[in-house]
Amino acid sequence: MIVYGVALLSACLILGMLIGEALGVALGVEANVGGVGIAMLFLVFTSNSDKFKALTEGTSGAGIQFWSAMYIPIVVAMAARQNVAAAVDGGLLALLAGVAAVVVSFALVPVISKIGKNDAPPRINDQGAV
Amino acid sequence: MELLETVFVRNNLVVAFAVVGVTIWISYFFADKLTQGRIHGSAIAIALGLLAAYFGGVATGGTRGVADVALLSGIGLMGGGMLRDFAIVATAFGVQFSELRKAGLAGGISIFAGVIVSFVVGAAIAVMFGYTDPAEITTIGAGAVTYIVGPVTGEAIGASNEVITLSVAAGLVKSILVMIGTPLVARYIGLDNPQSAMVFGGLMGTTSGVAAGLAATDPKLVPYGAMTATFYTGVGCLLGPSILYFLVSGLFPA
Repeated sequence: MIVYGVALLSACLILGMLIGEALGVALGVEANVGGVGIAMLFLVFTSNSDKFKALTEGTSGAGIQFWSAMYIPIVVAMAARQNVAAAVDGGLLALLAGVAAVVVSFALVPVISKIGKNDAPPRINDQGAV
Repeated sequence: MELLETVFVRNNLVVAFAVVGVTIWISYFFADKLTQGRIHGSAIAIALGLLAAYFGGVATGGTRGVADVALLSGIGLMGGGMLRDFAIVATAFGVQFSELRKAGLAGGISIFAGVIVSFVVGAAIAVMFGYTDPAEITTIGAGAVTYIVGPVTGEAIGASNEVITLSVAAGLVKSILVMIGTPLVARYIGLDNPQSAMVFGGLMGTTSGVAAGLAATDPKLVPYGAMTATFYTGVGCLLGPSILYFLVSGLFPA
């Protein structure tokens, strides 16, 4: 049943969001701390586990794959509802602050990626792709 | 006309599916014919979305881009936080646990490095523009972290509305630039494997920017980048009104 997969996905998101909110409250922060990331961990865990096979294989899995495939259209809709006009109206200070933050962060991607590689011993038998 | 409006508004989410579908079809057509596939179709679709959002915002004076146009209000639901998060989580389906563990440390470091670096850069630019009040400098720096961290920090430390608005604008510029810029620089920053995608998500942090930027680069990288990015705003809200504000106050006593 397709809905089993969709329900599993929903359960993962809701559980993750609850934990993220609770983390926010515990840390005294007005934000959800990693709710989506925690939900993703639940889904990775269940889709790699034999116990949840009935919810992740066959047509049930198709229910999750559908939403995964809807990701790009949803992102296009998300782009279309951004407050682009406000960003353009922000003036030079907002523009410079935003642009500089992005440029410096881009430049750090290869640097920090390297830190990780030095710390982790090379692995050979990890599912092919490096 | 009234008939059309009634049907469109009543079925707004369905209208959004159709409009986005047509937009993507046009984008992939152009990506194929005009650029010979050099620019990803989804990158064009996202750029078209942002362009439409600009005109929507200018025409309506609202804050939700094209979603403030009554006939297209469904775009707001389709592209809103709920369905976005739902689809992001779905992309994690089939991801191997070992891939995540490999980049765990670098991913974690990147979240803190990303928040601090963006904050410092934003704060430095605020100082260059002549701001001397620590609360104002901190709020603008926090805006360069994300457009959520800016107002959360600003309200917590009592910055003026004007500065908070400015911080939101800085965050929006960042988010939009990540959406557009990521596919262009991906090759030069080694963004082609799960590990660097996790570092990328942690450094950039803007969930919308990372979500769209990676979608336009290589959809296979999306779950890895999104995973770390979703911790970023929380960490930013944690550090902004506390440690970072104290540091700025120490450097620029009011």
